[in-house]
Amino acid sequence: MFVRTALLVLKKDFAIELRSYEVLSTTLFFAVSCVAIFSFAFVREGQAPKDAAAGILWIAIAFAGTLALGRTFERERYGETLKALLLAPAPRPAIYVGKLLGILALLFTTEALIVPMVAFFFHARFFDQSLYLLALLSLGTIGYAAVGTLFAAMLVRARTRDVLLPILLYPVTIPVIIAGVRGTAALLESPADLPIASLWIAMLAFFDVVFVTLSLWMFEPLMTE
Amino acid sequence: MLRRLSIGITTLMIVTAPTLALALQPPSAAQEGFRPLSELPPGQQVPAAPLLIGSYAFFLVLMMFYLWTIWRRIGRVEKELHDLVRRQAAVKR
Amino acid sequence: MRKIFLPLVVVTAAMFVYAPIAIALAPYESTMLLVQKIFYFHFATWMAVTAALTVCGISSAVYLFKGSPVADRIGAASAELVAVFTLFGLVSGSLWARKAWGIWWDWEPRLTMAFMLELIFFGYIIVRRFGGPGAEKLAAAMGIFGAATAPFIYKSTDWWRTIHPKTSVMRTLTDTPGGTIMWNVVIFCSVTFLILFALVLAARVRLEQLRGDLDRLYLAAED
Repeated sequence: MFVRTALLVLKKDFAIELRSYEVLSTTLFFAVSCVAIFSFAFVREGQAPKDAAAGILWIAIAFAGTLALGRTFERERYGETLKALLLAPAPRPAIYVGKLLGILALLFTTEALIVPMVAFFFHARFFDQSLYLLALLSLGTIGYAAVGTLFAAMLVRARTRDVLLPILLYPVTIPVIIAGVRGTAALLESPADLPIASLWIAMLAFFDVVFVTLSLWMFEPLMTE
Repeated sequence: MLRRLSIGITTLMIVTAPTLALALQPPSAAQEGFRPLSELPPGQQVPAAPLLIGSYAFFLVLMMFYLWTIWRRIGRVEKELHDLVRRQAAVKR
Repeated sequence: MRKIFLPLVVVTAAMFVYAPIAIALAPYESTMLLVQKIFYFHFATWMAVTAALTVCGISSAVYLFKGSPVADRIGAASAELVAVFTLFGLVSGSLWARKAWGIWWDWEPRLTMAFMLELIFFGYIIVRRFGGPGAEKLAAAMGIFGAATAPFIYKSTDWWRTIHPKTSVMRTLTDTPGGTIMWNVVIFCSVTFLILFALVLAARVRLEQLRGDLDRLYLAAED
């Protein structure tokens, strides 16, 4: 029942998105312009500072994620579908997981575009350690999206919801961003500092467990009137 | 069931986290070129008294300011309460 | 509660008058000398933050899951106090660091997480103020996340090699020369801060209570 509900919610989001690709395309282009503007800020005499690539990558993910979260739940609010979802006799955590999976799909697609872009622009040898990079990106995105989905869902009915999401989300996800950036930076060292990267991956896994558990626990009371 | 499982996993993670974190021990920086602070001329030392006094003064100012904001907010709410009660009493008559 | 409020205020005021005397009479720490005396209030304020975080975390959880309005009021009050005491903690630590470490700030685990704590509770205050109807629940969620960071902030100096002194410094303080007097002054200042926290919390909860009364009156007037 739980898994079926979650997958149904995911399928619904996919079906809506596949009609116009609105959220996906705008998020992708936003991420690209994010990387561009940070590049212009940090590149001097044709070179970027050493760890810039890792930082810029994760900032782009964070900002694109905030935008994607806002847009996805704005769509829910507009169609009043969230209320309908909550009225359905489905376990609330399953609805949360369904929305989370949708956001994750969106963010992973964005990362599939930005990571090669950042590697290209900053001569970052990301793909030498693909497995570690994959672990860092997936765990980091899960942690960020877990808290983001909870906050975006709970802010749907609030006033000034667009500006409140970053204000509330960024402080709480600071550990995830730090771990992601430091892990990615460790991978960019020559030679790549694998023990440090593994440590940060372990930290990310730990944060993910804590954040997903807290979010699952808090989703139901936050969504009830 | 799911809740108990997630609580168990979280507890396990919290318990094993220190061990994981202890694995990180970056090498300490070299200690050449180190001169103790007492050997530096007074012009390069930072005076302690302004920092100390500034710290306690900041606490005093902050606490006074915060208590004043509470006082002001309580005053405003009480005034509004009295006005409302008076208006309701006037309407009843 | 009301009967002991005023006597407690007098007691706290007296303790705060005595505190600088006790601090001035405490022995110098061997390497940091005068500037180390910031420590007595610095440590005390973080004790108050710990108390406030515990109160906020528990009351936010109670409000979120049981809907108790009393818990909501206590949560809102303690969250503001977390923000205030943490601000002083950060500033006092920064002033001390200027002399002891030579820098105003360092991005090391404990300081970074303490700053993150401050940001989370600024977010709490903002969402409560500007979130519109139902903002109390959102704020409670922030309160729970904020309270969850507490054990990490405490343990961070033990888990990582940091520029900030480790938790063992306090635990072995009485073993060092002059340490017993220092310990007594620290405890005195911490107790003073904790009583202050309790008093200011009571005042702030009173404000929330009055606001609740006002809202109820408005609702009743509409009928």
